[in-house]
Amino acid sequence: MKRFARLFAALDATTKTTAKTAALAAYFRDAPEEDRLWTIALLSGRRPKRAVTATELREWAAGAANLPHWLFEEAYSVTGDLAETIALVLPPPTRDSTKTLAGHMHALVALAGQPAPQRQAAILAAWDGLGPDERFLFNKLITGGFRMGVSQGLMTRALAQATGLQEATLAHRLMGDWTPAGTSYAALTGSDDPAAAGRRPYPFALASPLEDPPEVLGDPADWLAEWKWDGIRGQLIHRPGAFALWSRGEDLITDRFPEFALLANLLPPGTVIDGEVVAWGGDTPLPFADLQKRIGRKSVPKRLLAEAPARLLAYDLLEEGGQDLRGAPLGLRRARLEQLVAALPAGGPLGLSPALPVTGWAALASLRARARGAAAEGLMIKRLSSAYHVGRKRGDWWKWKLDPFTVDAVMIYAQAGHGRRATLYTDFTFAVRDGDDLVPFAKAYSGLTDDEFRRITDWVRRHTLERFGPVRRVVPELVFEIAFEGIQASPRHRSGIALRFPRMLRWRQDKPVAEIDTIETLRALLAGQRGFSTPAPPEDI
Amino acid sequence: MARTPVLTFTDRGIFCPAGGFHIDPWRPVDRALITHGHSDHARPGHGRYLCTRQAAPVIRHRLGPVRLETIAYGETRRIGGVTVSFHPAGHVPGSAQIRVEQNGEVWVASGDYKVCADGLCEPFEPVACHTFISECTFGLPVFRWEPQEEVLARINRWWAANAAGGRISILGAYALGKAQRILSGLDTGIGPILTHGAVETTTEILRTQGYVLPATVAVTAGVSAKSHPRAIVIAPPSAQATRWAARFGPTAAAAFASGWMRLRGVRRRRGAETGFVLSDHADWPGLNAAIRETGAERVFVTHGYTAVFRRWLESQGYDAGIVQTGYQGDGIDSAQPETEGDAPE
Repeated sequence: MKRFARLFAALDATTKTTAKTAALAAYFRDAPEEDRLWTIALLSGRRPKRAVTATELREWAAGAANLPHWLFEEAYSVTGDLAETIALVLPPPTRDSTKTLAGHMHALVALAGQPAPQRQAAILAAWDGLGPDERFLFNKLITGGFRMGVSQGLMTRALAQATGLQEATLAHRLMGDWTPAGTSYAALTGSDDPAAAGRRPYPFALASPLEDPPEVLGDPADWLAEWKWDGIRGQLIHRPGAFALWSRGEDLITDRFPEFALLANLLPPGTVIDGEVVAWGGDTPLPFADLQKRIGRKSVPKRLLAEAPARLLAYDLLEEGGQDLRGAPLGLRRARLEQLVAALPAGGPLGLSPALPVTGWAALASLRARARGAAAEGLMIKRLSSAYHVGRKRGDWWKWKLDPFTVDAVMIYAQAGHGRRATLYTDFTFAVRDGDDLVPFAKAYSGLTDDEFRRITDWVRRHTLERFGPVRRVVPELVFEIAFEGIQASPRHRSGIALRFPRMLRWRQDKPVAEIDTIETLRALLAGQRGFSTPAPPEDI
Repeated sequence: MARTPVLTFTDRGIFCPAGGFHIDPWRPVDRALITHGHSDHARPGHGRYLCTRQAAPVIRHRLGPVRLETIAYGETRRIGGVTVSFHPAGHVPGSAQIRVEQNGEVWVASGDYKVCADGLCEPFEPVACHTFISECTFGLPVFRWEPQEEVLARINRWWAANAAGGRISILGAYALGKAQRILSGLDTGIGPILTHGAVETTTEILRTQGYVLPATVAVTAGVSAKSHPRAIVIAPPSAQATRWAARFGPTAAAAFASGWMRLRGVRRRRGAETGFVLSDHADWPGLNAAIRETGAERVFVTHGYTAVFRRWLESQGYDAGIVQTGYQGDGIDSAQPETEGDAPE
C-alpha cells in the first residue's frame, strides 16, 4: 500500500501529463505484478463488488473517532469527500501495516457478504495500520470510482511505455469484462494475444466537436455525413460462441435489450458492428427519456418493450467474417455494412444510420439546422478514407452539434461541490418566473470558472435566507444563462418540464432578475420541439 | 443576572461597558485594546490603543503615528470599573488574550490563538475565567496539526530537493507570524533565504525586538535566480504567481503553508503547488483543550465554524453562544487574506 500511496502522491503532485505518465510507467515497471494488475483494473473502472456501504463507513469512522454523527456529517460537508473526511478524523494509527495493494484488495473482496461485525472489525484494523494518505486511498478503494486524476488513455500510454507494446493493442486488450481474479498481469501484457477472442469489444473511435466552419474540412466529397443520434453508443458482437452488446462505458448491456437476441441467428459469425442504440418510434428515434427507461433496468417488462422498442442504428463495421476491418477505409467499411444490413430480413431491430448527401457545406449546414426534426442533435462528419481509430483522435471524425437552447434564469438554491470543488458553492438550482412566483426548473453545476465559483461562494455566504442541511436558499438575485440540449414534458417536475444536459453558459452580471425568462418561454420551446417531431420525408434529407 | 455583562457585543466590536473600551474593534472607537497586529484586529482610526510591549512595534509601523500605550504580559491595569491584563495567546509574536475582571467575575477574549509552542512567539497560557470568548477558525474535527518539527523538516526537505534540482523555492506565508515561524525553522545550510518586501519589513522589526531569526536578503532589483541559486523565497501568498515572482524563473517551485492545506479540495484548487499544513490557529484538539483549561462555564465562539462548534460545546455541557464579528476570516474562500483566519486564495 505504501508503494501505491507513493504513486498516488506523485500523480497528485503534478498536473503535467508527461510527469503523470512517467510516474505510472515507473510503477508498472517495478511494483509487484499483482499490484500492477489491480492498479490497471482500478484505473480502468474495474472495482470489485462493494464489501462495505458508505453508511457503514461513516458510522464506523465516527465511532472510532468518538464523534457524534451530526458532527461527522458537518465535517464531511466541509471536506466534500467521504474518504478524506474519514482519513482526517480517525485517531492516529497504532501499527504500521506492510500489506500490499493486492493484499488489501483480496481482503476487501473476501469481506463481501460477511456479517457486519466481522467487516467492521476488519476495516477498523486496516485503518489502524495505515497513515493518513494510505487511509485516504484505502477508503477510496472501498467507496470506488476513484481515478486518481488518470484517464484510461493516460494509463494505457504509461503501460505501453512500461511494456513496449503498442498503445492501440493494449487499449484493445484492456477492453471488456475481465477481472483481476480471472487474469494476470502477464496475460494482459504478454506477447500472446488471443486476438479478437470471445466477446471482447474494440476500443470505440470517438469524435471531436467541430468548432470551425465546415469549410476547413476541404472537399465535401471526401466526407460522409450522418445524423448525430441522441441514444447510447453500442458495439454489437457476434462471434462463434459469443453474442454481446457493449456500451461505450464498457458495460455489458446485452440482457437489457432482448430484442437484439434474434440477430445472433441472422448475422454471420465474426461480425462486430458499431452503432447507436435508440428507442424506436417507427420512423425516427423516440426522445432520449424513453430510452432512459430501458437503460436503468436489468430485465425489461413487456409493456416497456412495446412502448420503447430498441433499435441499433448501425454506422460502422469493425469485423467481418472474423477479420478485423478497422484498418480499412471508412468508405469500404460502410459499403460492406450496407451489404450486410441489406441482407437482413426487413422489420428487424438493426437498421442503417443513413448516409446524408454531402453536396456542399452550405447544403449540409441547412441540413444540420433541421436535425431536431429528424430527432437528432446535429451531424456527424467522417472522413471516407479514414481507418477506425482508437479513442479520440482529431481530424477524421467530427461531431457538429446544434446550438443549445438557452434561457436566462435566477439561482435560488446553492450547495457545496465535491472533490476539487469542496467548500465552494457550485451546485445550483435555477428558477424562471411564473407570474409572481419563481418555479425551479433545472439544476446545474458546470460552465463557470473557479474564480466565478469563488465569487459566487462569497456571495452565497452573505445572501443565505435559509439552510436545509447542506443546501442554502439564497436571495433570488444572481442571473445565469442556462443552456440545454433538449426539453421534455415531465409530470415528475414541478415546472412540468425536464431538460437534457443543462449547464451554465455564463453568469449574466449585466442582467437584473426582473428580466429573466418565464415558464411560458420554456413551454414554447417544448411545444416547438413537439411540432418538429414529425420526421422530414426521406427525399427531403 | 440583571446587571450588564462584563463584555458586550456591538456593531463596533467587543465592548466593556464598565471599562469604556473595545477589544479589537473594526470601526473607529475612543479606546481600543488590541490583541495582536494582524490588520483585521489592529485597525486604524481609534482614539487610543493599548497592546503588549511586544506587539507595539509592528502595530506602530502598520498604523503610523497613533496614540499607543503598552502593557507587559501579566501586568494588571485598572480601566474604569474593571481590571485588565494581557496573557500570551501563542498566535504571533506579541499576541495576547485579554482578561477583564469586574467584581470578581472574569471574562477572557482569546483573540486568535494556538496552543502548541512554536519556539518563536510567547507560548499560549491558559487563563482561568467564567466566560471565554474563543475563536474557532479551525473548529472542525478534520483539523488536527502534526508536530511542528515534522512540518518544518518536510519544508526543509522540499527546499533541499528543489535546490539540488536547480530550482528556486517560493513559499507563501503570511507576513506577520507565519513567515517568521518558518524562518526560525529553516535549515540555513541548504541555501540563502530571500524575503518579499512585506515579509522583510516585519522580520526586521521583530529581529530588532530580539526575536531570534536567521539572516535574510530582501528581494530587490538585482536579486534573481541567478544571483541567489539554491534560495528559498518567503513571500505573502498574494505575491506568488505574479510578475514579482517571475524573476525566479519558470522552473521555480511554489508552496503554501496554511492550516487550510489540510483539505485536499483546497490544495487541488491551488494547482500544482505543494501544500504544507502549518497554522497559527488552534486545531480541533487544541481548541477543546484550551476551552477546558479555562474552566469557563460559558463560551462565546467567533470567527470560523461557529454554528458547528457551538453545537459541539453545548453537547459537551457548556453554555455556548455565537458572536458575529467583523474579522475577515469567515471561511476558506473569502477574498484578500492577510491572516490564516482568512482564505488561502
